[in-house]
Amino acid sequence: MMMMSVDTALKLGLFAPLITAILVPFLAVRVNFRDAAGPIGGVISFIAALHVAQDVMAGNVPEWTIITIADGLSLTFKVTPLGAIFGLVASGLWILAALYTTGYMRGNHETHQTRFAICYAIAVHAAIAIAWSGNLMVLFIFYEILTFSTYPLVTHKESQEAIRAGRLYMSILVGTSVVFLLPAIIWVWISAGTLDFTPNGILAGKISADAAPYLLALFAFGVGKAALMPIHRWLPAAMVAPTPVSALLHAVAVVKAGVFTILMVVVYIFGIDFLTQTQASVWLAWLAAFTILASSVVAITKDDLKARLAYSTISQLSYIVLGAALATAAAIEGATLHIVMHATAKITLFFCAGAIYVNAHIKNISELDGLGPKLPWVFIAFFLGALSIIGIPPMGGSWSKFMLMAGSVDAGMPIMLAVLAISSLLNVYYLLEPVARGFFKPQQKDIHVDRHLLTIMPPVITALLSLMLFFTVDWITPFTTLMVTP
Amino acid sequence: MIASNLPALIVATPLIMAAIVALLPSGALAWAVTLMTSLAVMVFAIMNAFSGDGQSISYALGGWPPPWGIEFISDGASRLMVLILSGLSFASTLYAKSLIEMEIHSKDQARTYGAWLLTMGGLLGLVMTADAFNLFVFLEISALSAVTLVAMGAGVDRRALIAAYNYTIIGAIGATFYVIGVGFCYAVTGTLNMADLAQRLPDATAAPVFVGLAFMVTGIMVKAAAFPVHMWLPAAYGYAPSAVSSLLSAIATKAAIYVLARIFFTIFSGLPDVTDLILKWILLPLSIMAMFGGTILAIYEKDLKKLLAQSSIAQIGYITLAFSVATISSISAGFIHMANHAIIKGGLFMAVGAIAVTIGKRANINSISGVGRAMPWTSSAMLICGLSLIGLPLTAGFISKVYLVLAVMDAGLGLVTALILLSSALSVLYLWKIVEVMWMRPYQGAPIAENIMIYGPLWLVAAANIVFGIYAKPVVDMADAAARAITAHALIGGGL
Repeated sequence: MMMMSVDTALKLGLFAPLITAILVPFLAVRVNFRDAAGPIGGVISFIAALHVAQDVMAGNVPEWTIITIADGLSLTFKVTPLGAIFGLVASGLWILAALYTTGYMRGNHETHQTRFAICYAIAVHAAIAIAWSGNLMVLFIFYEILTFSTYPLVTHKESQEAIRAGRLYMSILVGTSVVFLLPAIIWVWISAGTLDFTPNGILAGKISADAAPYLLALFAFGVGKAALMPIHRWLPAAMVAPTPVSALLHAVAVVKAGVFTILMVVVYIFGIDFLTQTQASVWLAWLAAFTILASSVVAITKDDLKARLAYSTISQLSYIVLGAALATAAAIEGATLHIVMHATAKITLFFCAGAIYVNAHIKNISELDGLGPKLPWVFIAFFLGALSIIGIPPMGGSWSKFMLMAGSVDAGMPIMLAVLAISSLLNVYYLLEPVARGFFKPQQKDIHVDRHLLTIMPPVITALLSLMLFFTVDWITPFTTLMVTP
Repeated sequence: MIASNLPALIVATPLIMAAIVALLPSGALAWAVTLMTSLAVMVFAIMNAFSGDGQSISYALGGWPPPWGIEFISDGASRLMVLILSGLSFASTLYAKSLIEMEIHSKDQARTYGAWLLTMGGLLGLVMTADAFNLFVFLEISALSAVTLVAMGAGVDRRALIAAYNYTIIGAIGATFYVIGVGFCYAVTGTLNMADLAQRLPDATAAPVFVGLAFMVTGIMVKAAAFPVHMWLPAAYGYAPSAVSSLLSAIATKAAIYVLARIFFTIFSGLPDVTDLILKWILLPLSIMAMFGGTILAIYEKDLKKLLAQSSIAQIGYITLAFSVATISSISAGFIHMANHAIIKGGLFMAVGAIAVTIGKRANINSISGVGRAMPWTSSAMLICGLSLIGLPLTAGFISKVYLVLAVMDAGLGLVTALILLSSALSVLYLWKIVEVMWMRPYQGAPIAENIMIYGPLWLVAAANIVFGIYAKPVVDMADAAARAITAHALIGGGL
């Protein structure tokens, strides 16, 4: 592996998931072979992503153009520091998610497992391609492919409810991207003459300060995957999918692709300085603050564990949007950190929710009473994940929250401190309730509990990862520093 | 010898072979000869595309120089159109054999192929000719033979006869309007050659010229199924034999739209004030209505062939909208979408036809339940073409959408851009309606063995959707050349 050049690593990281998807139907004759393909593909692309990230940290910009679609429109990949981080997150968590998928799908006796594995791998491919995209058009291309490849996963059960959720999913995500995101991209293209992600942005001096907020609005509402209110409803609806989808895609790959897009647009298209001068993003900070609080309140009312986690995700995604909208160095760094921290913590929570469902067949929080001692590892992992999202040391999430708070003071909006503090309190209430019920409430009825190892190990590992990230945050900060000091 | 006579060969070959094919004793033989002919035409079209180093070539029929004799013109625009028409004709012919055997009585098959070639020849002539009256002749050849083809659907569904009858009458009105318009222009200029007309019309008496323009545009809009004179199209494509629907949907309206562009940007290029008025205040609003009307009707339509036909009305709306903006980049976007829509809709009609003959009944939203799993080859190709229709990235439809939006936005028409994107987003609804039924419902019929003679050509077209979505440069470059060629006679820069 030492001999692998960066170019090779870039290609390998991009295509390992796609090759996995192509191989899966041929491996399907033996289910063990088929189910091994995901984790192996994950390991390969993660190692490749590490190589690429190393090169980025050394100050290089790995770049690869596959083909020129037409003049001025090329399929180019170029790894920015932000992209390097997101690539690592997507590929690294895929390894665990793929293992978990095997345990979940088998334990739950799901049908169409081959189709599931194919679409899952394509979705990861799209996420990594988004992470490493070299210009806005490439990002848009894979953004759409990510939507279409996850549709069969959302409607996996093929029930009326799943089909209805699929319609909502498609209509919001495709609708917003076509009606808002595409014209935003073409507006940038016409104004700036390029779509390349460039340090300090490409729009300064190219569009007027009056127009900037409108262009930003097209982006903010065009990226439905960032689940800003009022275009968030697809995310709770998508929870009808099997939990491995909710875990990797609707807590990591898909939603993070959304906030990643917004961060890329803010940092590499608008440029932080341009946004600060024009104050074009102030309104977005307020909308993000509203989303943070409103969805936390909604989360409290949900008894279905996955629905509660979905609203928690909406709230947490807006932390990242808030960071982007504040457009100060610390806020951007905090937002980027939060992509990593929230990803590991939220995937833990979803893994736990799925583990509880597969092993004890429980979906609702009110039925969790006394279940803790029966699935101790799952509940401990959930506890750690919840702490990280709340932002309590020594969990990784405390760093990103701290940076975001510093960023809001820098931006002259100390009121955002209050928003973040209130949100943390709400988090404590609605995320720790399941743990408290599990350990401190008496059991109401005797529940038969299985213990599928592949559903219990992954959340424990990701919980430990969340813990570890508190101490090893300086592995990530070099990238975030590179982002804000080009 | 061949190289210097390419423009004539492209048109003459199918016309001459049509007469021979119609007299052949068996359907299989007639198909083989038709296939060879369409292959030859496609080869000629490819050779023609590379001839002349990008310069336009004038071909004087019978050695009579224009403006006295009939002139064929091979420039960027007609080169691209001939490539589109011949390529899709070849794919449709390849696909037609099994379907025509199943849908048309054996003694009628040879004559069907005769009409098939005649349609091709007529449409190719329409594109090649540089003579306004000669254009009328080709318009009639292609229309009468196309009507015959539609009427052949009577063997399966008698409603094809009514559809063909309506098509004849409405088509004849369109052609008559056109020729009346040509008459007015001839009366004041004394010429029928397009380039010659372009020079003389600005100096001619204004009133007859305006009347002529109005008649010509209206007539051709009927032929192009532009809103609101599109009524013949859904029934004609809906009840025609499946193979015929795929041929006509891919090439017939395209040729007429091309003629529309010729009228505006070549023949009347000397009167930019007048054409601008018509483009901006008549064609543009009508195109927008077509976009929404066609899409909304498609969303509520249950019969698949008619649904595709309604969708064609909307797609034709995108093309005429691109032309109505009348900048080089928007005309070029119109040509890009013409090429891409030919492979999108051609493929979709092929797939629906294949499904209909396989399940043995009309394809509608109930009868195709679960077909996605029962006919994986056909259905997956259909899905690719469908995703291309709604403009998924890395398919040809996405390229169309990007260039159309780019051109319209660049022209400063923000509201129109928003409307294009809105109707494009709405089109997802009618595709998704089909996807849900095909893949999310159980299949109840007998097991199906798919025929490679049917899904092979279909996959060729579906693959073209992906290839031209990833490597769009040839299409984009040729469309740009086409836009420049068709506006080459423009004397004053009316927005050009």
